[in-house]
Amino acid sequence: MNKKSKWRYFMDWVNGEEVIETPKKVTWKKIDFEKWKTIFQKYLWNDRKKSIFYLIMCVFVSVVFISILLQTVNTLPYFGGSNNPASNEVVQRYIESGVEETGATNIVAGMILDYRAFDTFGESNVLFLAVICVVMLLKKDKYNTTEAEEREQKEDDMFEKQDANIILKRIANLLIPLLFLFGIYVVLNGHISPGGGFSGGAIIGAGLVLYASVNGQQKIQKFFTYKIFVRINVGCLLTYCVLKGYSFFTGANHLPNIIPKGVPGALLSGGLILPLNICVGMIVACTIYGFYALFTKGEI
Amino acid sequence: MTNLMTNHYEAAAVILFGIGFMNLLLSRNLIKKFIGLNIMDTAVYLFLAAKGFIAGRAAPIIAQGTTATVEQFINPVPSGLVLTGIVVSVSVTAFSLALVQRLYKHYGSLDLDEIMQKAKKEGH
Repeated sequence: MNKKSKWRYFMDWVNGEEVIETPKKVTWKKIDFEKWKTIFQKYLWNDRKKSIFYLIMCVFVSVVFISILLQTVNTLPYFGGSNNPASNEVVQRYIESGVEETGATNIVAGMILDYRAFDTFGESNVLFLAVICVVMLLKKDKYNTTEAEEREQKEDDMFEKQDANIILKRIANLLIPLLFLFGIYVVLNGHISPGGGFSGGAIIGAGLVLYASVNGQQKIQKFFTYKIFVRINVGCLLTYCVLKGYSFFTGANHLPNIIPKGVPGALLSGGLILPLNICVGMIVACTIYGFYALFTKGEI
Repeated sequence: MTNLMTNHYEAAAVILFGIGFMNLLLSRNLIKKFIGLNIMDTAVYLFLAAKGFIAGRAAPIIAQGTTATVEQFINPVPSGLVLTGIVVSVSVTAFSLALVQRLYKHYGSLDLDEIMQKAKKEGH
């Protein structure tokens, strides 16, 4: 029985006409479950390298996720609108009386280091914790290095000494003081211009990384040892804690400042914001250099 | 869906977030996984920066000797939140890459499946 006649038979049956032909008796083939199981395991489930099922599910989940989020974006307030619910009375307070209350003309600096200084303290602690964890995991001592690794390290140091990249060294030694100067400028002007502790600290850290990678780690260890690294990090965190702690533990009442606020816009203004920026900058610079040193050599 | 054209920054951020998430799920190389995580972080910064923007207004740095009104400047709160995000992202990335380095030293592989198989063989 071919397909057409089967269709005809079906049509006749739907129309309620008498069935002329008697169809063949349908016998269900026994489905070979074992075979399908092996195919499923072989191509779809067994090995994640070939796992099409996993791939399809990942793409499906991500696409569903993106479409749900796009639906949410669709109902968000308009981009760039001035009546957005996000720009409420808090923002008005920050902008209109920020200069009076914090002494910083950079509202963002005044916000993160005065109104929300506790948040920034938490951020500094996160950085400190991260660098402690990296020290714990990667710092080399006699327990986690083999002899072969030590030999390799010594050979690397030998090659480093033999390398005489005169052009690189001269240019880098010209550039590094400028980098430090620019970083210090960004840190010190954090309360009156764009920048601040985090960005300036990152620039100083980049200068330290450049110095270490050009002149070798031995040279930087003459003035920047592990001891100094720990002292700067802990000292700056403690200074931050003490400077801002009095405000936190008296209910953030803004007790009379020890440091006068000064004229807004001058370098020495903004009360505690300048010292706090310096603390944060030193922590960030140490952390960035610490990450570099620990990831390359395993020691600071 | 017409709002997606006006909110195109947010839409792009959301799509980037999804791409990072997919990368996190699909790639088996651990370093590539953390690249995916960083793409997700970047998407969040883009989203926050877009939410803080107000058309025709300046960055919140007040010129010396002038009084500020709220009509002149953009919303400064998301800028501070982006700063927090960047710091946390850097810390998390450094910590996870340190863990990856230790894993590579121990198992000699960056492939998550291989590491899992070797760990199973060792009986952990």
